[in-house]
Amino acid sequence: MTTIYLDNNATTQVAPEVLEAMLPYLRDLYGNPSSMHSFGGQVGRRLRLAREQVAALIGAHPEEIVFTSCGTESDNTAIRSALATYPGKRHLVTTRVEHPAIHALVAHLAQEGYRVSEIPVDGEGRLNLEHYARSLTPDTAVVSAMWANNETGVIFPVEEMAMMARHKGILFHTDAVQAVGKIPIDMRQSAMDMLSLSGHKLHAPKGVGALYVRKGTKFSPFLIGGHQEKGRRGGTENVASLIGLGEASELAAKNLEKENTAVKNLRDKLENALLSLIPNSRVNGDRQDRLPNTSNISFEYVEGEAILLRLNEFGICASSGSACTSGSLQPSHVLRAMGVPFTMAHGSIRFSLSIYNTEPEINFVIEKFPPIIEELRTLSPYWEVGQEVCATRDFGGV
Amino acid sequence: MWEYSEKTLEHFLHPRNVGEVENPDGTALVGNIACGDALKLTFKMDEDGKIKEAKFKTFGCASAIAAASALTEMIKGMTVEEAEKLTNQDIADYLGGLPQEKMHCSVMGREALEKAIAHYKGVPVAETEGKVVCECFGVTEPEIERVVRENNLKTIEEVTDYTKAGGGCGGCHEAIQEIIDRVRAEIKPAAMLRPKLTNIQKIKMIEETLEREIRPALRQDGGDIELVDVVGNKVMVATRGACASCAAVHLTLKDFVEAKLRELVWPELEVEEVSQ
Repeated sequence: MTTIYLDNNATTQVAPEVLEAMLPYLRDLYGNPSSMHSFGGQVGRRLRLAREQVAALIGAHPEEIVFTSCGTESDNTAIRSALATYPGKRHLVTTRVEHPAIHALVAHLAQEGYRVSEIPVDGEGRLNLEHYARSLTPDTAVVSAMWANNETGVIFPVEEMAMMARHKGILFHTDAVQAVGKIPIDMRQSAMDMLSLSGHKLHAPKGVGALYVRKGTKFSPFLIGGHQEKGRRGGTENVASLIGLGEASELAAKNLEKENTAVKNLRDKLENALLSLIPNSRVNGDRQDRLPNTSNISFEYVEGEAILLRLNEFGICASSGSACTSGSLQPSHVLRAMGVPFTMAHGSIRFSLSIYNTEPEINFVIEKFPPIIEELRTLSPYWEVGQEVCATRDFGGV
Repeated sequence: MWEYSEKTLEHFLHPRNVGEVENPDGTALVGNIACGDALKLTFKMDEDGKIKEAKFKTFGCASAIAAASALTEMIKGMTVEEAEKLTNQDIADYLGGLPQEKMHCSVMGREALEKAIAHYKGVPVAETEGKVVCECFGVTEPEIERVVRENNLKTIEEVTDYTKAGGGCGGCHEAIQEIIDRVRAEIKPAAMLRPKLTNIQKIKMIEETLEREIRPALRQDGGDIELVDVVGNKVMVATRGACASCAAVHLTLKDFVEAKLRELVWPELEVEEVSQ
């Protein structure tokens, strides 16, 4: 059975070019980039190129890039550094819909005695900027807001938010793990101080990430050890994968337009077809300011895990914000923050596409998906044929 | 991804007895959409006082659908008295075990059955009338008590896996712990009153329990088990037939075989699989 992979916000295929670039550094060129011999030195030079490639993708200087092991490490480093360098400040601002890398971290920090403000979102997943402005205080050490939401793809106005923070002398960090490679990013034009990105979301392997730290920003390392990364992150570099991250960054820059045309068109085709073929379905999140590859659709009166396992029978990979798949007993915190009603939240499916998806694949999903919902609805005690169609109801924020 | 048994997946992909029985003798709806799963069970009796027909409708995940499908298959042909004895563990065993976090699906099945039987008899269900302990999922004190007792639960986490109670805001954790402590305090003295067994008595009782309680259930699924040796509290067994090639056999050994032996023979027994 062939796999139709529509779960690219979870992880992506390593691009063939990326793998090619990595292989020599897994086989023959195994030197340590910090060594004093040329066998290691050549690896160091190649790593420098990778750093330049990553920097180029987001409009940064190479020395502003700190390589890490993943997006979560980048996030932890950024927040911990901000708190360590402004020890007098005891307040953080974030949003209610962050990835667990931030969400769980700030919950932990709250237990350590920090004050945390989480900015709410509306029914479309849009941030309440007035609330945000009110939350910035002289005691605020750092703001951390995701650039794009991993579940809905909704894009936050981070540039505007960063300007507001800068005016008040507050550091601004963005978790851009889902945004990098999908929308244009230029840190030269930005007021943001720190940005996290992850390799495996943009066709590099798992286990590498980067943190952008603007030149002049006070910094305190998270991993303390050797002099790697100019003392900003100890530990021997994951050389081959970082070279992969560099290649993937160069590829992402080349494919950015494709992401916003071909991929977006396929996403729209899938979304519009499912909405029109399946009654009582709706998109979660603002359809305007949204990543071009992501579609989060709720199907009323059915449960997400059941949908996923039926899709699995056809080799179709997607994900869900239902309770059964979230690892807790409640549906995703993002959908709950948006006030998505329970009848809808448990039946949410996220499709996230990549440049490797094809039109025949999307057609296949459009063919197979509606009967799955229909069948699961015949199983559901809440579903009656001819029920009121949800589009006529008000599902505004609760 | 959850590690579902083949039988669970099979019942999920091809659920039996979907729908509602016309003019049912017993009917019940348990769970609700906010909690993420619900089960509507209907059944009809025949002239001999046996369940003739049973159907279900489920809103929920794969294991919730499979548990409901299994339940309807299991109760067909049973008398009400037989059906009343069915436990959530029986449903889980029928499916070749459920992941720990999904045990609440089997509990939902048992609750639906109980409520439908109560409806048939025209009597109220005791469990649903008690004080609500978990506000998030609407779980009552008698419900938690019963599940703790029947499944020998020891931690809040286990109670959450079986009933969902405590899986929301967490505000009821203290109350759940009190229930666990109370029930376990009741169970313990009873167990401690047991006279010490000699090794020979123990082996005999293990053999009898295997024969009477365990092997028939395993054989239903084409599997079997043999006692190899008993050393102290370690019970060495070998699996046969479908069990020998079943990915979920460890679950069955732990959650079913060991649990039964602990209940009926000696509370400190440990079951170990040996190849022979």
